[in-house]
Amino acid sequence: MPEENPLVEMEREIVGGDFQRAGDVSSELKNILQQAGFPAPFNRRVVIASYEAEMNVVIHAYRGIFRVQIYSDRVHIEVDDEGPGIPDLELAFQEGYSTAPPHIREMGFGAGYGLSNMKKCSDRLHIDTRVEEGTRVIMDFFLPSFMKG
Amino acid sequence: MRLREIKEILKAKVLVGEELLDREIYYACGSDLLSDVLAFAKEHALLLTGLTNAQVIRTAEMIDLLGIVFVRGKKPETATVELASLKKIPLLSTHLPMYESCGRLYLKGLRGCSELSDA
Ligand SMILES: Nc1ncnc2c1ncn2[C@@H]1O[C@H](COP(=O)(O)OP(=O)(O)OP(=O)(O)O)[C@@H](O)[C@H]1O
Ligand SMILES: [Mg+2]
Repeated sequence: MPEENPLVEMEREIVGGDFQRAGDVSSELKNILQQAGFPAPFNRRVVIASYEAEMNVVIHAYRGIFRVQIYSDRVHIEVDDEGPGIPDLELAFQEGYSTAPPHIREMGFGAGYGLSNMKKCSDRLHIDTRVEEGTRVIMDFFLPSFMKG
Repeated sequence: MRLREIKEILKAKVLVGEELLDREIYYACGSDLLSDVLAFAKEHALLLTGLTNAQVIRTAEMIDLLGIVFVRGKKPETATVELASLKKIPLLSTHLPMYESCGRLYLKGLRGCSELSDA
């Protein structure tokens, strides 16, 4: 069976430490989802997970590529970064675990909820990570059938 | 409760969004942790916070907050106010500290985010 073509595809760069532009990608994605006419509760969980992933690159990595494919009934996001990687994924998923430095905490981030929130908001979350190389976050969101059409 | 009423209760100044004060607010949360807000706030809520950086506005945009109140007389920089204006997120600033601000609104019947399900 041939793969269905995405309605919209987008690829953006994320720059580590750039708090001026942090959130721009997720904001753009939010607009696209709204214009595509997806229901608000669906958009909300996609956008929250997207923003958490985007912020993790800005906060913890050096640079990253954000790719999203939007289909009629699902959204696929991949965030690929060059960075320190995550040595202990299980630990990183624990709520409250964070290695964010003080200046990040002063901004209100670094409570250690991001990864668990991404898991909560997505239907499928997969993370590949290599220490001192980088991290790839893959998320899928399926539009419930009662919301379609 | 309308934002206009919230402004009165908190004796707050409107930094931006004067034209949006008729917005109806059903619940609020008070936090200086954006991570918490992202994980626990419900949509269409009001946020009370002591944080004034641009990420507060970004976070508000992502979760569709209806407004932000800065407590303890805090005010964000112009660029942050402009971002809020662009995103149509009204900003208020009150001299009251966090506890009093939340307490006054709660006494007047504005519920918390976690009470949404039993509202
Ligand atoms: N892209 C990444 N690159 C390197 N390390 C990461 C990355 N994403 C997460 N981590 C590590 O996993 C930890 C937990 O991440 P999580 O997103 O749950 O919390 P946080 O980013 O520290 O805080 P919050 O998301 O609540 O603001 C981080 O503190 C960091 O050590
Ligand atoms: Mg995070």
